[in-house]
Amino acid sequence: MKCDLCNKPAVVHEVSITGGKKKEVHLCLEHAQAAGVALPGQQPINKLLTKFVIGQAPKTSGMQCPDCGITFAQIKRANLIGCPGCYNAFQDSLGSLIEHAQYGASSHVGRVPNRKHTPNQFELRARKLMKELDAAVTAEQYERAAVLRDRLDKLSTDVHTEKKDEQVEEPGS
Amino acid sequence: MTAPVDNEIPDNDIVLTTRSRLARNLADHPFLNRASDMQNALVMQTAQRVMLEAPLSEKTLWMDLDELTPLDRALLVERHLISRHHAESSLHRGVAISSDEHMSIMVNEEDHLRVQVLRKGSRLDETFEQLMRIDSMLEQHLDYAFHDQWGYLAVCPTNVGTGIRFSVMVHLPALRITNELAKVQRAAKELHLAVRGYYGEGSESTGHIYQVSNQVTLGRTEEEIQEEFSKSIIPALIDYERSARNVLMKKNSMLLDDRIQRAYSVLCSARLLKVDEAMKLLSRVRLGAALGHVDLSLQTVDDLFVQIQPAHLNQQAQSTLSDNDELELRALLVRNMLSQ
Repeated sequence: MKCDLCNKPAVVHEVSITGGKKKEVHLCLEHAQAAGVALPGQQPINKLLTKFVIGQAPKTSGMQCPDCGITFAQIKRANLIGCPGCYNAFQDSLGSLIEHAQYGASSHVGRVPNRKHTPNQFELRARKLMKELDAAVTAEQYERAAVLRDRLDKLSTDVHTEKKDEQVEEPGS
Repeated sequence: MTAPVDNEIPDNDIVLTTRSRLARNLADHPFLNRASDMQNALVMQTAQRVMLEAPLSEKTLWMDLDELTPLDRALLVERHLISRHHAESSLHRGVAISSDEHMSIMVNEEDHLRVQVLRKGSRLDETFEQLMRIDSMLEQHLDYAFHDQWGYLAVCPTNVGTGIRFSVMVHLPALRITNELAKVQRAAKELHLAVRGYYGEGSESTGHIYQVSNQVTLGRTEEEIQEEFSKSIIPALIDYERSARNVLMKKNSMLLDDRIQRAYSVLCSARLLKVDEAMKLLSRVRLGAALGHVDLSLQTVDDLFVQIQPAHLNQQAQSTLSDNDELELRALLVRNMLSQ
Protein backbone atom coordinates (compact mmCIF):
# COMPACT_ATOMS: atom_id res chain seq x y z
CA MET A 1 0.00 0.00 0.00
CA LYS A 2 1.27 3.43 -0.91
CA CYS A 3 1.44 6.56 1.19
CA ASP A 4 -1.59 8.87 0.94
CA LEU A 5 0.74 11.80 0.27
CA CYS A 6 3.40 10.30 -2.00
CA ASN A 7 4.28 7.16 -3.88
CA LYS A 8 6.50 5.64 -1.21
CA PRO A 9 5.37 2.50 0.66
CA ALA A 10 3.15 3.30 3.62
CA VAL A 11 4.45 2.09 6.97
CA VAL A 12 1.85 3.66 9.28
CA HIS A 13 -1.77 2.64 8.96
CA GLU A 14 -4.34 4.29 11.16
CA VAL A 15 -8.00 3.43 11.12
CA SER A 16 -10.40 5.54 13.11
CA ILE A 17 -14.17 5.55 13.30
CA THR A 18 -15.72 8.85 14.21
CA GLY A 19 -19.50 9.32 14.18
CA GLY A 20 -20.00 6.04 12.39
CA LYS A 21 -17.64 7.06 9.62
CA LYS A 22 -14.52 5.04 9.01
CA LYS A 23 -11.36 6.97 8.21
CA GLU A 24 -8.16 5.36 7.02
CA VAL A 25 -4.75 7.04 6.93
CA HIS A 26 -1.69 5.41 5.32
CA LEU A 27 1.63 7.23 5.55
CA CYS A 28 5.24 6.57 4.64
CA LEU A 29 8.00 6.95 7.25
CA GLU A 30 8.83 10.54 6.32
CA HIS A 31 5.25 11.79 6.25
CA ALA A 32 4.40 9.89 9.44
CA GLN A 33 7.26 11.62 11.25
CA ALA A 34 6.28 14.97 9.74
CA ALA A 35 2.74 14.48 11.03
CA GLY A 36 4.08 13.59 14.49
CA VAL A 37 2.85 10.01 14.34
CA ALA A 38 5.11 7.55 16.14
CA LEU A 39 5.80 4.17 14.66
CA PRO A 40 4.92 1.11 16.71
CA GLY A 41 7.90 0.41 18.96
CA GLN A 42 9.33 3.81 18.22
CA GLN A 43 7.83 5.73 21.06
CA PRO A 44 9.68 9.01 21.37
CA ILE A 45 11.97 8.93 24.40
CA ASN A 46 10.34 12.00 25.89
CA LYS A 47 7.03 10.11 26.09
CA LEU A 48 8.68 7.22 27.91
CA LEU A 49 10.28 9.37 30.58
CA THR A 50 8.30 10.88 33.39
CA LYS A 51 10.68 13.75 33.94
CA PHE A 52 12.69 15.35 31.24
CA VAL A 53 14.00 18.69 30.22
CA ILE A 54 14.38 19.62 26.62
CA GLY A 55 17.65 21.48 26.43
CA GLN A 56 18.45 23.70 23.53
CA ALA A 57 21.91 22.61 22.49
CA PRO A 58 24.14 25.65 22.15
CA LYS A 59 24.42 26.54 18.50
CA THR A 60 28.18 26.86 18.94
CA SER A 61 28.76 23.43 20.48
CA GLY A 62 29.87 21.81 17.24
CA MET A 63 31.41 24.89 15.71
CA GLN A 64 35.17 25.24 15.64
CA CYS A 65 37.22 28.35 16.34
CA PRO A 66 38.62 29.39 12.94
CA ASP A 67 41.95 30.27 14.55
CA CYS A 68 42.75 27.31 16.81
CA GLY A 69 40.14 24.69 15.90
CA ILE A 70 38.77 24.17 19.42
CA THR A 71 35.01 23.57 19.86
CA PHE A 72 32.89 25.25 22.51
CA ALA A 73 32.15 21.84 24.02
CA GLN A 74 35.90 21.36 24.59
CA ILE A 75 36.21 24.80 26.17
CA LYS A 76 33.29 24.12 28.49
CA ARG A 77 34.64 20.73 29.52
CA ALA A 78 38.10 21.98 30.56
CA ASN A 79 37.11 25.59 31.36
CA LEU A 80 40.09 26.60 29.24
CA ILE A 81 39.88 28.83 26.19
CA GLY A 82 42.00 28.03 23.12
CA CYS A 83 43.18 31.38 21.77
CA PRO A 84 42.29 35.09 21.62
CA GLY A 85 40.19 34.36 18.50
CA CYS A 86 37.85 32.10 20.52
CA TYR A 87 36.49 35.19 22.28
CA ASN A 88 35.03 36.40 18.97
CA ALA A 89 34.13 32.99 17.56
CA PHE A 90 32.07 31.99 20.62
CA GLN A 91 31.08 35.46 21.82
CA ASP A 92 27.54 34.57 23.01
CA SER A 93 28.28 31.25 24.65
CA LEU A 94 31.49 32.49 26.26
CA GLY A 95 29.58 35.46 27.66
CA SER A 96 27.53 33.27 29.97
CA LEU A 97 30.58 31.19 30.94
CA ILE A 98 32.50 34.34 31.85
CA GLU A 99 29.58 35.87 33.76
CA HIS A 100 29.28 32.68 35.77
CA ALA A 101 33.01 32.64 36.58
CA GLN A 102 32.97 36.36 37.44
CA TYR A 103 29.91 36.31 39.71
CA GLY A 104 27.71 38.21 37.22
CA ALA A 105 30.24 40.74 35.91
CA SER A 106 30.16 41.03 32.13
CA SER A 107 32.22 44.04 31.06
CA HIS A 108 35.75 45.23 31.57
CA VAL A 109 36.10 48.68 33.10
CA GLY A 110 39.80 48.68 33.98
CA ARG A 111 43.04 49.50 32.29
CA VAL A 112 43.42 49.36 28.51
CA PRO A 113 46.68 48.90 26.63
CA ASN A 114 48.48 52.24 26.39
CA ARG A 115 49.97 51.61 23.04
CA LYS A 116 49.17 48.97 20.54
CA HIS A 117 52.45 47.23 19.91
CA THR A 118 53.41 47.08 16.25
CA PRO A 119 55.04 43.77 15.42
CA ASN A 120 58.57 44.21 14.08
CA GLN A 121 59.97 42.52 11.00
CA PHE A 122 61.28 39.60 13.06
CA GLU A 123 57.88 38.88 14.58
CA LEU A 124 56.05 39.19 11.26
CA ARG A 125 58.47 36.84 9.52
CA ALA A 126 58.41 34.42 12.44
CA ARG A 127 54.59 34.33 12.49
CA LYS A 128 54.48 33.72 8.73
CA LEU A 129 56.99 30.87 9.05
CA MET A 130 55.02 29.42 11.97
CA LYS A 131 51.83 29.31 9.92
CA GLU A 132 53.64 27.62 7.02
CA LEU A 133 55.20 25.16 9.47
CA ASP A 134 51.82 24.29 10.98
CA ALA A 135 50.39 23.72 7.51
CA ALA A 136 53.35 21.50 6.54
CA VAL A 137 53.02 19.38 9.69
CA THR A 138 49.26 19.02 9.16
CA ALA A 139 49.87 17.93 5.56
CA GLU A 140 52.56 15.50 6.79
CA GLN A 141 55.18 17.25 4.63
CA TYR A 142 57.96 16.58 7.09
CA GLU A 143 60.88 17.51 4.85
CA ARG A 144 59.38 20.91 4.21
CA ALA A 145 58.62 21.25 7.93
CA ALA A 146 62.28 20.59 8.75
CA VAL A 147 63.38 23.30 6.28
CA LEU A 148 60.91 25.78 7.82
CA ARG A 149 62.06 24.91 11.33
CA ASP A 150 65.69 25.56 10.35
CA ARG A 151 64.66 28.91 8.88
CA LEU A 152 62.93 29.83 12.14
CA ASP A 153 66.06 28.90 14.10
CA LYS A 154 68.23 30.96 11.76
CA LEU A 155 65.86 33.91 12.05
CA SER A 156 66.17 33.79 15.82
CA THR A 157 69.98 33.61 15.66
CA ASP A 158 70.11 36.50 13.17
CA VAL A 159 68.01 38.68 15.45
CA HIS A 160 70.23 38.01 18.46
CA THR A 161 73.38 38.67 16.42
CA GLU A 162 71.88 41.90 15.09
CA LYS A 163 71.06 43.02 18.64
CA LYS A 164 74.58 42.26 19.87
CA ASP A 165 76.10 44.17 16.92
CA GLU A 166 73.89 47.15 17.69
CA GLN A 167 75.03 47.11 21.32
CA VAL A 168 78.66 46.97 20.33
CA GLU A 169 78.30 49.80 17.82
CA GLU A 170 76.34 52.08 20.13
CA PRO A 171 79.23 53.68 22.12
CA GLY A 172 81.07 54.90 19.04
CA SER A 173 78.03 55.93 17.06
CA MET B 1 47.35 44.44 73.14
CA THR B 2 49.41 46.37 70.67
CA ALA B 3 51.15 44.71 67.80
CA PRO B 4 54.95 44.63 67.82
CA VAL B 5 56.25 47.68 66.02
CA ASP B 6 58.35 46.85 63.01
CA ASN B 7 58.78 49.81 60.73
CA GLU B 8 60.50 47.76 58.10
CA ILE B 9 57.88 45.07 57.67
CA PRO B 10 54.39 46.40 58.39
CA ASP B 11 51.91 44.16 60.25
CA ASN B 12 54.24 41.17 60.02
CA ASP B 13 52.87 39.79 63.30
CA ILE B 14 50.06 38.48 61.06
CA VAL B 15 50.90 39.22 57.42
CA LEU B 16 53.80 37.19 56.01
CA THR B 17 53.63 38.46 52.45
CA THR B 18 51.45 40.43 50.04
CA ARG B 19 51.39 39.80 46.34
CA SER B 20 49.91 41.37 43.21
CA ARG B 21 49.89 39.47 39.94
CA LEU B 22 48.64 39.84 36.38
CA ALA B 23 47.64 37.28 33.77
CA ARG B 24 48.60 38.43 30.27
CA ASN B 25 48.56 36.77 26.85
CA LEU B 26 50.02 37.72 23.50
CA ALA B 27 47.69 38.67 20.65
CA ASP B 28 47.69 36.40 17.59
CA HIS B 29 49.22 33.49 19.49
CA PRO B 30 47.23 30.41 20.51
CA PHE B 31 47.08 29.78 24.23
CA LEU B 32 49.33 27.13 25.72
CA ASN B 33 46.71 24.35 25.72
CA ARG B 34 46.21 24.69 21.93
CA ALA B 35 49.69 25.69 20.83
CA SER B 36 52.16 23.48 19.01
CA ASP B 37 55.66 22.94 20.34
CA MET B 38 57.05 25.51 17.93
CA GLN B 39 54.38 28.06 18.83
CA ASN B 40 55.24 27.70 22.51
CA ALA B 41 58.91 28.11 21.60
CA LEU B 42 58.10 31.32 19.74
CA VAL B 43 56.31 32.77 22.79
CA MET B 44 59.33 31.84 24.93
CA GLN B 45 61.72 33.45 22.46
CA THR B 46 59.68 36.65 22.28
CA ALA B 47 59.25 36.83 26.06
CA GLN B 48 62.93 36.14 26.77
CA ARG B 49 63.99 38.93 24.42
CA VAL B 50 61.68 41.42 26.13
CA MET B 51 62.55 40.34 29.69
CA LEU B 52 66.25 40.89 29.05
CA GLU B 53 65.85 44.16 27.14
CA ALA B 54 63.17 46.02 29.10
CA PRO B 55 64.38 47.65 32.34
CA LEU B 56 61.95 45.67 34.51
CA SER B 57 64.19 45.71 37.57
CA GLU B 58 67.75 46.70 38.48
CA LYS B 59 68.94 43.25 37.60
CA THR B 60 66.75 40.63 35.99
CA LEU B 61 67.71 36.98 35.79
CA TRP B 62 66.24 34.81 33.07
CA MET B 63 65.89 31.07 33.57
CA ASP B 64 64.84 28.45 31.06
CA LEU B 65 63.10 25.87 33.23
CA ASP B 66 64.09 23.05 30.87
CA GLU B 67 67.72 23.75 31.67
CA LEU B 68 67.22 23.74 35.43
CA THR B 69 67.49 20.63 37.56
CA PRO B 70 64.37 19.43 39.40
CA LEU B 71 66.06 20.65 42.62
CA ASP B 72 66.48 24.17 41.23
CA ARG B 73 62.85 24.23 40.14
CA ALA B 74 61.75 23.06 43.59
CA LEU B 75 63.81 25.86 45.16
CA LEU B 76 61.94 28.42 43.07
CA VAL B 77 58.60 26.91 44.18
CA GLU B 78 59.62 27.00 47.84
CA ARG B 79 60.46 30.71 47.44
CA HIS B 80 57.05 31.30 45.80
CA LEU B 81 58.73 32.55 42.61
CA ILE B 82 57.10 29.96 40.36
CA SER B 83 54.04 27.76 40.86
CA ARG B 84 54.14 24.01 41.36
CA HIS B 85 52.32 23.67 38.05
CA HIS B 86 55.04 25.65 36.30
CA ALA B 87 57.81 23.60 37.91
CA GLU B 88 56.24 20.29 36.89
CA SER B 89 55.67 21.29 33.27
CA SER B 90 57.65 20.00 30.33
CA LEU B 91 58.85 22.16 27.46
CA HIS B 92 59.42 25.82 26.65
CA ARG B 93 58.75 27.41 30.00
CA GLY B 94 60.80 30.09 31.62
CA VAL B 95 60.88 32.66 34.36
CA ALA B 96 62.35 36.13 34.80
CA ILE B 97 63.23 37.04 38.38
CA SER B 98 64.55 40.29 39.80
CA SER B 99 67.69 39.74 41.89
CA ASP B 100 65.88 41.04 45.01
CA GLU B 101 63.21 38.34 44.33
CA HIS B 102 60.38 40.89 44.49
CA MET B 103 59.39 40.37 40.86
CA SER B 104 58.88 37.18 38.91
CA ILE B 105 57.40 36.69 35.47
CA MET B 106 56.44 33.15 34.57
CA VAL B 107 56.38 32.45 30.84
CA ASN B 108 54.08 29.75 29.49
CA GLU B 109 52.55 28.80 32.83
CA GLU B 110 48.77 28.71 32.27
CA ASP B 111 48.82 32.06 30.48
CA HIS B 112 51.66 33.29 28.27
CA LEU B 113 52.75 35.62 31.07
CA ARG B 114 52.09 35.65 34.80
CA VAL B 115 53.65 38.77 36.27
CA GLN B 116 53.93 38.98 40.05
CA VAL B 117 55.34 41.33 42.64
CA LEU B 118 55.79 39.88 46.11
CA ARG B 119 56.82 41.69 49.31
CA LYS B 120 57.16 40.75 52.95
CA GLY B 121 54.53 42.16 55.31
CA SER B 122 51.47 44.19 54.42
CA ARG B 123 52.65 46.16 51.41
CA LEU B 124 49.94 45.67 48.86
CA ASP B 125 50.03 49.26 47.61
CA GLU B 126 53.74 49.03 46.86
CA THR B 127 53.38 45.70 45.07
CA PHE B 128 50.49 47.08 43.02
CA GLU B 129 52.38 50.21 41.97
CA GLN B 130 55.41 48.18 40.94
CA LEU B 131 53.24 45.71 39.05
CA MET B 132 51.55 48.48 37.07
CA ARG B 133 54.95 49.96 36.20
CA ILE B 134 56.18 46.58 34.95
CA ASP B 135 52.98 46.05 32.96
CA SER B 136 53.37 49.45 31.26
CA MET B 137 56.94 48.59 30.32
CA LEU B 138 55.98 45.20 28.93
CA GLU B 139 53.22 46.80 26.88
CA GLN B 140 55.80 48.88 25.05
CA HIS B 141 57.30 45.67 23.68
CA LEU B 142 54.41 43.21 23.50
CA ASP B 143 51.04 43.21 21.82
CA TYR B 144 48.65 41.90 24.47
CA ALA B 145 45.44 40.03 23.61
CA PHE B 146 42.68 42.51 24.48
CA HIS B 147 38.91 42.60 23.84
CA ASP B 148 36.75 45.72 24.08
CA GLN B 149 34.13 44.00 26.23
CA TRP B 150 36.23 41.54 28.21
CA GLY B 151 39.49 43.40 28.61
CA TYR B 152 42.72 41.41 28.84
CA LEU B 153 42.05 37.92 27.56
CA ALA B 154 43.09 34.88 29.54
CA VAL B 155 43.12 31.10 29.20
CA CYS B 156 40.64 30.66 32.05
CA PRO B 157 37.43 32.76 32.31
CA THR B 158 38.27 33.38 36.00
CA ASN B 159 41.17 35.65 34.95
CA VAL B 160 39.52 37.69 32.20
CA GLY B 161 39.25 41.50 32.46
CA THR B 162 41.94 43.09 34.56
CA GLY B 163 43.72 39.75 34.98
CA ILE B 164 44.70 41.01 38.42
CA ARG B 165 44.87 38.88 41.52
CA PHE B 166 45.86 40.26 44.92
CA SER B 167 46.80 37.84 47.60
CA VAL B 168 47.83 38.11 51.20
CA MET B 169 49.54 35.33 53.15
CA VAL B 170 48.39 35.50 56.74
CA HIS B 171 49.20 33.63 59.93
CA LEU B 172 45.93 32.92 61.78
CA PRO B 173 46.72 30.57 64.68
CA ALA B 174 44.48 32.30 67.25
CA LEU B 175 41.43 32.17 64.96
CA ARG B 176 42.12 28.46 64.51
CA ILE B 177 42.55 27.79 68.24
CA THR B 178 39.35 29.74 69.12
CA ASN B 179 37.40 27.94 66.37
CA GLU B 180 36.60 31.25 64.68
CA LEU B 181 38.29 30.38 61.41
CA ALA B 182 35.15 28.88 59.86
CA LYS B 183 33.39 32.24 60.30
CA VAL B 184 36.21 34.01 58.48
CA GLN B 185 36.07 31.43 55.69
CA ARG B 186 32.30 31.94 55.33
CA ALA B 187 32.72 35.72 55.23
CA ALA B 188 35.48 35.35 52.64
CA LYS B 189 33.20 33.22 50.47
CA GLU B 190 30.48 35.85 50.58
CA LEU B 191 33.00 38.45 49.49
CA HIS B 192 34.07 36.18 46.59
CA LEU B 193 37.50 35.60 48.07
CA ALA B 194 39.45 32.36 47.80
CA VAL B 195 41.18 30.96 50.90
CA ARG B 196 44.06 28.61 50.09
CA GLY B 197 47.08 27.00 51.72
CA TYR B 198 50.77 27.85 51.93
CA TYR B 199 51.52 27.04 48.29
CA GLY B 200 48.37 28.60 46.81
CA GLU B 201 45.96 26.77 44.51
CA GLY B 202 45.40 23.14 45.46
CA SER B 203 47.51 23.26 48.61
CA GLU B 204 46.49 22.66 52.19
CA SER B 205 47.10 25.06 55.01
CA THR B 206 50.29 24.29 56.92
CA GLY B 207 51.21 26.00 60.16
CA HIS B 208 47.97 28.00 60.21
CA ILE B 209 49.14 29.97 57.19
CA TYR B 210 46.48 30.92 54.64
CA GLN B 211 46.49 32.76 51.33
CA VAL B 212 43.47 34.97 50.73
CA SER B 213 42.87 36.31 47.21
CA ASN B 214 40.17 37.96 45.08
CA GLN B 215 38.23 35.78 42.67
CA VAL B 216 36.56 38.51 40.60
CA THR B 217 38.80 40.14 37.98
CA LEU B 218 36.12 41.65 35.72
CA GLY B 219 33.68 44.56 36.08
CA ARG B 220 35.85 46.58 38.49
CA THR B 221 38.98 48.60 37.95
CA GLU B 222 42.33 47.43 39.22
CA GLU B 223 42.32 50.32 41.70
CA GLU B 224 38.87 49.42 43.05
CA ILE B 225 39.89 45.83 43.68
CA GLN B 226 43.18 46.94 45.23
CA GLU B 227 41.50 49.53 47.47
CA GLU B 228 39.03 47.00 48.80
CA PHE B 229 41.89 44.65 49.56
CA SER B 230 44.11 47.28 51.16
CA LYS B 231 41.47 49.17 53.10
CA SER B 232 38.92 46.50 54.01
CA ILE B 233 40.03 42.91 53.57
CA ILE B 234 43.59 42.96 54.95
CA PRO B 235 42.71 45.23 57.91
CA ALA B 236 39.70 43.03 58.71
CA LEU B 237 41.84 39.86 58.70
CA ILE B 238 44.41 41.56 60.94
CA ASP B 239 41.68 42.79 63.31
CA TYR B 240 40.00 39.39 63.58
CA GLU B 241 43.26 37.62 64.36
CA ARG B 242 44.43 40.28 66.84
CA SER B 243 41.04 40.13 68.62
CA ALA B 244 41.28 36.34 68.83
CA ARG B 245 44.82 36.67 70.25
CA ASN B 246 43.49 39.14 72.85
CA VAL B 247 40.74 36.73 73.85
CA LEU B 248 43.29 33.92 74.21
CA MET B 249 45.60 36.11 76.28
CA LYS B 250 42.79 37.11 78.61
CA LYS B 251 40.94 33.83 78.99
CA ASN B 252 43.58 31.14 78.50
CA SER B 253 46.85 32.89 79.07
CA MET B 254 48.54 29.96 80.83
CA LEU B 255 47.25 27.41 78.33
CA LEU B 256 48.47 29.58 75.46
CA ASP B 257 51.89 30.05 77.05
CA ASP B 258 52.11 26.32 77.69
CA ARG B 259 51.50 25.53 74.04
CA ILE B 260 54.04 28.08 72.87
CA GLN B 261 56.76 27.01 75.32
CA ARG B 262 56.23 23.31 74.61
CA ALA B 263 56.57 23.95 70.87
CA TYR B 264 59.70 26.03 71.46
CA SER B 265 61.23 23.32 73.66
CA VAL B 266 60.59 20.59 71.11
CA LEU B 267 62.13 22.67 68.33
CA CYS B 268 65.16 23.42 70.52
CA SER B 269 65.77 19.80 71.36
CA ALA B 270 64.40 17.61 68.54
CA ARG B 271 66.92 15.50 66.65
CA LEU B 272 64.60 14.50 63.80
CA LEU B 273 61.89 16.74 62.31
CA LYS B 274 59.36 16.20 59.56
CA VAL B 275 58.42 19.26 57.54
CA ASP B 276 54.74 19.27 58.58
CA GLU B 277 55.60 18.85 62.24
CA ALA B 278 58.19 21.61 62.05
CA MET B 279 55.69 23.96 60.36
CA LYS B 280 53.08 23.33 63.07
CA LEU B 281 55.54 23.90 65.89
CA LEU B 282 57.03 26.97 64.22
CA SER B 283 53.50 28.36 63.86
CA ARG B 284 53.06 28.27 67.65
CA VAL B 285 56.49 29.75 68.20
CA ARG B 286 55.68 32.49 65.69
CA LEU B 287 52.59 33.33 67.72
CA GLY B 288 54.80 33.40 70.82
CA ALA B 289 57.28 35.73 69.11
CA ALA B 290 54.44 38.06 68.03
CA LEU B 291 53.07 38.17 71.59
CA GLY B 292 56.46 38.54 73.25
CA HIS B 293 56.35 35.11 74.92
CA VAL B 294 59.60 34.00 73.31
CA ASP B 295 62.62 36.11 72.55
CA LEU B 296 62.82 35.54 68.84
CA SER B 297 62.37 37.74 65.79
CA LEU B 298 59.46 37.05 63.47
CA GLN B 299 61.89 37.25 60.58
CA THR B 300 63.87 34.28 61.95
CA VAL B 301 60.71 32.18 62.05
CA ASP B 302 59.65 33.28 58.55
CA ASP B 303 63.12 32.47 57.21
CA LEU B 304 62.86 29.05 58.83
CA PHE B 305 59.51 28.40 57.13
CA VAL B 306 61.42 28.54 53.83
CA GLN B 307 64.77 27.06 54.92
CA ILE B 308 63.25 23.86 56.31
CA GLN B 309 61.56 22.94 53.01
CA PRO B 310 63.04 19.82 51.34
CA ALA B 311 64.71 21.48 48.34
CA HIS B 312 66.39 24.12 50.52
CA LEU B 313 67.80 21.40 52.79
CA ASN B 314 69.08 19.41 49.84
CA GLN B 315 70.64 22.54 48.41
CA GLN B 316 72.32 23.29 51.72
CA ALA B 317 73.69 19.75 51.95
CA GLN B 318 74.90 19.94 48.34
CA SER B 319 73.73 16.39 47.86
CA THR B 320 70.60 14.30 47.62
CA LEU B 321 69.62 13.59 51.20
CA SER B 322 68.11 10.32 52.33
CA ASP B 323 64.78 10.67 54.15
CA ASN B 324 66.43 10.23 57.51
CA ASP B 325 69.27 12.64 56.75
CA GLU B 326 66.70 15.23 55.71
CA LEU B 327 64.89 14.93 59.07
CA GLU B 328 68.20 15.21 60.91
CA LEU B 329 69.43 18.24 58.96
CA ARG B 330 66.09 20.00 59.43
CA ALA B 331 66.22 19.51 63.19
CA LEU B 332 69.84 20.71 63.31
CA LEU B 333 69.07 23.82 61.26
CA VAL B 334 66.10 24.71 63.48
CA ARG B 335 68.16 24.22 66.67
CA ASN B 336 70.96 26.40 65.30
CA MET B 337 68.71 29.20 64.16
CA LEU B 338 66.69 29.27 67.38
CA SER B 339 69.82 29.41 69.53
CA GLN B 340 71.31 32.38 67.69
